[in-house]
Amino acid sequence: MATYLEFIQQNEERDGVRFSWNVWPSSRLEATRMVVPLACLLTPLKERPDLPPVQYEPVLCSRPTCKAVLNPLCQVDYRAKLWACNFCFQRNQFPPAYGGISEVNQPAELMPQFSTIEYMIQRGAQSPLIFLYVVDTCLEEDDLQALKESLQMSLSLLPPDALVGLITFGRMVQVHELSCEGISKSYVFRGTKDLTAKQIQDMLGLTKPAMPMQQARPVQPQEHPFASTRFLQPVHKIDMNLTDLLGELQRDPWPVTQGKRPLRSTGVALSIAVGLLEGTFPNTGARIMLFTGGPPTQGPGMVVGDELKIPIRSWHDIEKDNARFMKKATKHYEMLANRTAANGHCIDIYACALDQTGLLEMKCCANLTGGYMVMGDSFNTSLFKQTFQRIFTKDFNGDFRMAFGATLDIKTSRELKIAGAIGPCVSLNVKGPCVSENELGVGGTSQWKICGLDPTSTLGIYFEVVNQHNAPIPQGGRGAIQFVTHYQHSSTQRRIRVTTIARNWADVQSQLRHIEAAFDQEAAAVLMARLGVFRAESEEGPDVLRWLDRQLIRLCQKFGQYNKEDPTSFRLSDSFSLYPQFMFHLRRSPFLQVFNNSPDESSYYRHHFARQDLTQSLIMIQPILYSYSFHGPPEPVLLDSSSILADRILLMDTFFQIVIYLGETIAQWRKAGYQDMPEYENFKHLLQAPLDDAQEILQARFPMPRYINTEHGGSQARFLLSKVNPSQTHNNLYAWGQETGAPILTDDVSLQVFMDHLKKLAVSSAC
Amino acid sequence: MEPTMAQYQAISKHLPKVCQEPHLPRGHLQPQQHRLLVARLHMASLAKEMYRMAQAPLFRCKGPPTSLASASGSFPNSGLYGSYPQGQAPPLSQAQGHPGIQTSQRSAPSQASGFTPPASGGPRLPSMTGPLLPGQSFGGPSVSQPNHVSSPPPQTLPPGTQMTGPLGPLPPMHSPQQPGYQPQQNGSFGPARGPQPNYGSPYPAAPTFGSQSGPQPLPPKRLDPDAIPSPIQVIEDDRNNRGTEPFVTGVRGQVPPLVTTNFLVKDQGNASPRYIRCTSYNIPCTSDMAKQAQVPLAAVIKPLASLPPEEASPYVVDHGESGPLRCNRCKAYMCPFMQFIEGGRRFQCCFCSCINDVPPQYFQHLDHTGKRVDAYDRPELSLGSYEFLATVDYCKNNKFPSPPAFIFMIDVSYNAIRTGLVRLLCEELKSLLDFLPREGGAEESAIRVGFVTYNKVLHFYNVKSSLAQPQMMVVSDVADMFVPLLDGFLVNINESRAVITSLLDQIPEMFADTRETETVFVPVIQAGMEALKAAECAGKLFLFHTSLPIAEAPGKLKNRDDRKLINTDKEKTLFQPQTGAYQTLAKECVAQGCCVDLFLFPNQYVDVATLSVVPQLTGGSVYKYACFQVENDQERFLSDLRRDVQKVVGFDAVMRVRTSTGIRAVDFFGAFYMSNTTDVELAGLDGDKTVTVEFKHDDRLNEESGALLQCALLYTSCAGQRRLRIHNLALNCCTQLADLYRNCETDTLINYMAKFAYRGVLNSPVKAVRDTLITQCAQILACYRKNCASPSSAGQLILPECMKLLPVYLNCVLKSDVLQPGAEITTDDRAYVRQLVTSMDVAETNVFFYPRLLPLTKSPIESTTEPPAVRASEERLSNGDMYLLENGLNLFLWVGASVQQGVVQSLFSVSSFSQITSGLSVLPVLDNPLSKKVRGLIDSLRAQRSRYMKLIVVKQEDKLEMLFKHFLVEDKSLSGGASYVDFLCHMHKEIRQLLS
Repeated sequence: MATYLEFIQQNEERDGVRFSWNVWPSSRLEATRMVVPLACLLTPLKERPDLPPVQYEPVLCSRPTCKAVLNPLCQVDYRAKLWACNFCFQRNQFPPAYGGISEVNQPAELMPQFSTIEYMIQRGAQSPLIFLYVVDTCLEEDDLQALKESLQMSLSLLPPDALVGLITFGRMVQVHELSCEGISKSYVFRGTKDLTAKQIQDMLGLTKPAMPMQQARPVQPQEHPFASTRFLQPVHKIDMNLTDLLGELQRDPWPVTQGKRPLRSTGVALSIAVGLLEGTFPNTGARIMLFTGGPPTQGPGMVVGDELKIPIRSWHDIEKDNARFMKKATKHYEMLANRTAANGHCIDIYACALDQTGLLEMKCCANLTGGYMVMGDSFNTSLFKQTFQRIFTKDFNGDFRMAFGATLDIKTSRELKIAGAIGPCVSLNVKGPCVSENELGVGGTSQWKICGLDPTSTLGIYFEVVNQHNAPIPQGGRGAIQFVTHYQHSSTQRRIRVTTIARNWADVQSQLRHIEAAFDQEAAAVLMARLGVFRAESEEGPDVLRWLDRQLIRLCQKFGQYNKEDPTSFRLSDSFSLYPQFMFHLRRSPFLQVFNNSPDESSYYRHHFARQDLTQSLIMIQPILYSYSFHGPPEPVLLDSSSILADRILLMDTFFQIVIYLGETIAQWRKAGYQDMPEYENFKHLLQAPLDDAQEILQARFPMPRYINTEHGGSQARFLLSKVNPSQTHNNLYAWGQETGAPILTDDVSLQVFMDHLKKLAVSSAC
Repeated sequence: MEPTMAQYQAISKHLPKVCQEPHLPRGHLQPQQHRLLVARLHMASLAKEMYRMAQAPLFRCKGPPTSLASASGSFPNSGLYGSYPQGQAPPLSQAQGHPGIQTSQRSAPSQASGFTPPASGGPRLPSMTGPLLPGQSFGGPSVSQPNHVSSPPPQTLPPGTQMTGPLGPLPPMHSPQQPGYQPQQNGSFGPARGPQPNYGSPYPAAPTFGSQSGPQPLPPKRLDPDAIPSPIQVIEDDRNNRGTEPFVTGVRGQVPPLVTTNFLVKDQGNASPRYIRCTSYNIPCTSDMAKQAQVPLAAVIKPLASLPPEEASPYVVDHGESGPLRCNRCKAYMCPFMQFIEGGRRFQCCFCSCINDVPPQYFQHLDHTGKRVDAYDRPELSLGSYEFLATVDYCKNNKFPSPPAFIFMIDVSYNAIRTGLVRLLCEELKSLLDFLPREGGAEESAIRVGFVTYNKVLHFYNVKSSLAQPQMMVVSDVADMFVPLLDGFLVNINESRAVITSLLDQIPEMFADTRETETVFVPVIQAGMEALKAAECAGKLFLFHTSLPIAEAPGKLKNRDDRKLINTDKEKTLFQPQTGAYQTLAKECVAQGCCVDLFLFPNQYVDVATLSVVPQLTGGSVYKYACFQVENDQERFLSDLRRDVQKVVGFDAVMRVRTSTGIRAVDFFGAFYMSNTTDVELAGLDGDKTVTVEFKHDDRLNEESGALLQCALLYTSCAGQRRLRIHNLALNCCTQLADLYRNCETDTLINYMAKFAYRGVLNSPVKAVRDTLITQCAQILACYRKNCASPSSAGQLILPECMKLLPVYLNCVLKSDVLQPGAEITTDDRAYVRQLVTSMDVAETNVFFYPRLLPLTKSPIESTTEPPAVRASEERLSNGDMYLLENGLNLFLWVGASVQQGVVQSLFSVSSFSQITSGLSVLPVLDNPLSKKVRGLIDSLRAQRSRYMKLIVVKQEDKLEMLFKHFLVEDKSLSGGASYVDFLCHMHKEIRQLLS
């Protein structure tokens, strides 16, 4: 087994790919019986410090419908200078530049270790990155101040030649002109009126080559495409100006009467931002960064009215169909998101407010364009400040960890077809021979657009085995999949990363063991979870849970070892053993449970779940719990109420929160001040250890998690209590009569009960 | 008394064989009749003779023979006169003079407060006299005379006993007093009348003339212009008679002095004529009578008129929380005419007779005459005009108004930049803003200011005091205008001075390189209005605009100027707005109390008719500077701007005119908006604006109680105080038509008729409007003739004393640019003048239609008073003199060709006439008495007018002289307007037709 784990790990490191099944069932029928679909988690831009890009362009298969990239799996006829495409079997001539090719003189892309290779394209004009700040001014004074400072700070982090723009909004939307001296100018738009891109460009004077107010000479748009607008200027030219401008930003001056929300025209502001970029820089890497401190309250995309007495929609309202603005707003933002995606731009949403800000309606803007979504309580928190700063971190090469305008093109062997993808992408609607008719996630295409992605952006990609049962694959046959990702690197180069993987086919009848052993339960859990979350967006919660349960039961029936009708005999092999537990926690997770979460929170959690890589996703599904005590070194413990002990410090990482929980005794000790006494220095160390570890996580995580330091009985302890498996509750505490652990006041089923039921159902012949 | 009265007592024609030998018999002036207001035109009626005269009424004696043919061929038979059927003139066989009516009220200053008994009907006949006309009785056929000139040649004297002598040579007594009137001067300009041959062009040769009995070239004849009523004389007389004593308003129905007279007013219960002037101070008791007389009953009201420093502005009365005391039924305000009864516990409304309780806090005992003891302590009980402080009930939304705001909206398109307008304006605003109107002794003006510039988009400026630099906010969504900012847009001048100065410095720089030529208009006003709405205040927009708004936006206009439409049924469309958007916008502005003042700087057609709709309906003003150039027009523009910004304005006003039972205000003219039939809504109202109100009977009036008017104006002062200004006026009622005619005010009448006609052109062809005016005038005069002046010869033209100038003034209205456009007048100019006249007061219309012509060197150089004016006719000009001509809008300095060299030198600092620059607009500042005097005179003329008059120096015989001559309104005009004499003859004919 270790070999498979290593194999999986190796593959992940090299290609950024984790498959649910690492040996593939060779027929459609069998594949469907495997319950968990053949799918993979792909991290297209996984950081590969050891992989310098090659300075030439890929060689493509000449068949117009194929165009696969030459890869190590291709058969090469060195003498005839021919290669056969391993997807369509087309025989292709090598291009003239490959004239010197031979067995000993191979280009990198033919070497097995370069199953993932990155090409750098020299052609084409390079255009600078664009950052368009869209800033809400209906904020509290200190919030606005903090935001202004963050924005000013960010100017120093941007690449010097990047273009920046500023749009502010409140009751009106202001597009600031950045180039001018003296009087600061801005174009103002009504916050209630939706405008077409054409109108916006007309009104901003972008349709004419020469603007009267610009300096005398008309600028030739062909010469300097980025000089054609006064609203987007290179950072190095106007950073002083912009810093001042940001410094002078005032709160929205329109009076807000008692009992009203400020009028906030987020919908129009975004629309203008999109329209501005659409007209000036289509298909160029650009980030629209929306900073908002509350829900949109007017115009298209309004989420709630300005009457404070009418609260913003809750899940309850949505279920009752009482959210009167939701559908319209969602439609507005979806339209914007699709337009943005079509232009290759991405939208980030930084929403900081105590109440909801309409993320539910706006989520598609970030989800479809690969933008970030950050939710915080205030701009004046380190959560926002550091998260925002982290966007501009650089990698080992000194490049920003962001890429733009990517298209992911997937090619498969004939036996496979593509069912769909789930992640921060939109379909490009390219129907090719390898597109399946059954959709899982965003399907019906072999290409997707990912407008913004970073090294951890991960897509779940689902396949379908189409090989018929009666057309056996020859022994040792391998199925291959090629992922071709075109993107704009943050250094503004166009690059292509090609990952070609292959897996063995296996006959389920004869080689079930192999298949079982090659099951990647972590990947499978995440992939199934993505499917579940994807469904939850459109279906009722209970339906999704029921679907998940059924899948789990079927999987157990298929791969468990048991005697019929005997739950106690039920066993799962190692490669499946953790899977039910993942499902248990997934069922309780905020991705599927909306109880106790606002619609915004749900959207926020789901957004991140759909784009993080496997490790992070697993943390989200089943948080990690570490224990610190005098009894030994820090150790991971079960995410279970029994782990909550008086003499322990617990550190829980749910991805979104880092909780440090002091057990009852520890808390008392700390209260007594032992940590300050020299003789109890070890206690001080003990207290410090989780803090250090937490700090480490905080440093690395994006978005920055909420950091919670609490203790036994603290109100914030609920974050921990709601996550652990409620093995001890008020219902069974006394029955068990144990003193370990902390009872959780809940009626939720515990993992034990869940497993019991699962076993019962798995062995039952009824289903 | 004044012998000059005599000169217009008769009008006659003669047929002199040579013009040096006029044979005109002159009206006889009887000593006791020197103020007789009868002018008679005695007509003899020999067809052939008449006919000849008609051919060449005036020209023969002036023009060279060559001009005769064309002139005679072109004598009016279209246009003004064309519509009159030929051959209807009755035979004029009687030739004796008839006594006219003697009216006397103008003559006796000592009788100012009383009237001579009505002089109507027969008993007066013996005392009536009129100069006789040399009417001849010709026995010829009486039919088919083109009777335009009604007096026949005086071949034999009629048997009229009162005929005293030929009219031709003036009585010697005229000459010393009125040197300008000397008829001898006529000839001297004869040859100069070059354009005469062209006069005929608008008038196709009248075929009827030709087809009538063949006109033989007879010796020319003419009506002596000195013999017809002279405006100058009337004005002079009134000045002399009534300018010395203050006008005391205590007596009901008293006719005030003429507007041209300087007089003081003492308010003793009736509103000063500065506030209200009526067409007649004696209203016919019945509507039948009014209908018969056809004299329009109208009042010209100028509620916020500015007063001379000697007169106190209206007192402000505060009735406390309960608000002004009013009649419960008709809501009339407490005024001196209210009758207190039952020992002062109640009062009877003088308007509706309703009996109201006197509130306890207002109670006061009555004295033995039934007057309240405190009547003289309370302005509302003793004065004609006063103000009430309004309570919150009188405010919009039941909230006391905030101080108003001024918003300056500056066109920064290419045209405005190129002409230097923007730079000039911004520079001026920096200092001008210190002079915003303030109330009473306020330290600083409460008015806030805001700035907008625009071309096809709008730029708003944030000039908040806390900013280091102004901020510009561009709104390009002109289709759906809104205000992008609230805080920092309207600011206090003193707080934001630095930012404003910085802004005004930068605006010209920012747009210096603009290439934008298109502008918008409606969105600009809309933006200003929205800004006021957002700030919840009333205010005024100052719009500086250069071109036709052709940019894509609401209210987009196209160039529709089409001269071909003139004199067609479609001509009216030139005066109508192109789209309804402007009216809609104006309504919104009025609702918000947003007054719009428009300064136009066009160099081509800008469609004033459409653009002026909003200013017009919001009580604003329009100023137009065609082909603006900083060098030439700077002074005029800046002076207008300063005055316009500084003048006191009332905002968000509603005016209501209440009348006592029997008459009712039915029609209103002026710059305002009306959403119902009674309330005049004015977004803004300044001291120059008037509202003319027409009254109609709806019941019988009572001679005893008379008729009362109360004009109540509710407005917000420029400090934001809500007030009510009340003007009361009591008029007499009469059962005798003669009383009506004796108490008329021709200037006011003309004001009304001009406004009526100028509104008429919106809906009817101009020609129909002119005909209506002529008909009405004829009816008025005919009614007089029929009812008050009989019996007299039909050949006599008898005019009521009060109306003897009606024909000359009416002729001026008829030939004004709006009603009879010349070739050089643009559509924009006509629309501009049309809307200007709409809100003119009586004094303005008076001088506008009949310009003042002042000789400069006739009076002694040391005299400080204005020289006496001369009549506006070329004949009155002496080529050895210089004249100033002004009509309230234009100012000319005409220099005769043979003016003395010394005069030229001391005025122009050049050595000879030929070196004077024609078209000069500034006189050099020279240190000599003449120069000082002329410049002083020019300054004083300008000071009298609400708009700065740009001076144009015109040299005799120069091409600019054409322009000047346009204003010599007694002459035949280039555009086909009749001369005074011709018109009078025509009027006579009309009257005769009506009488027969």
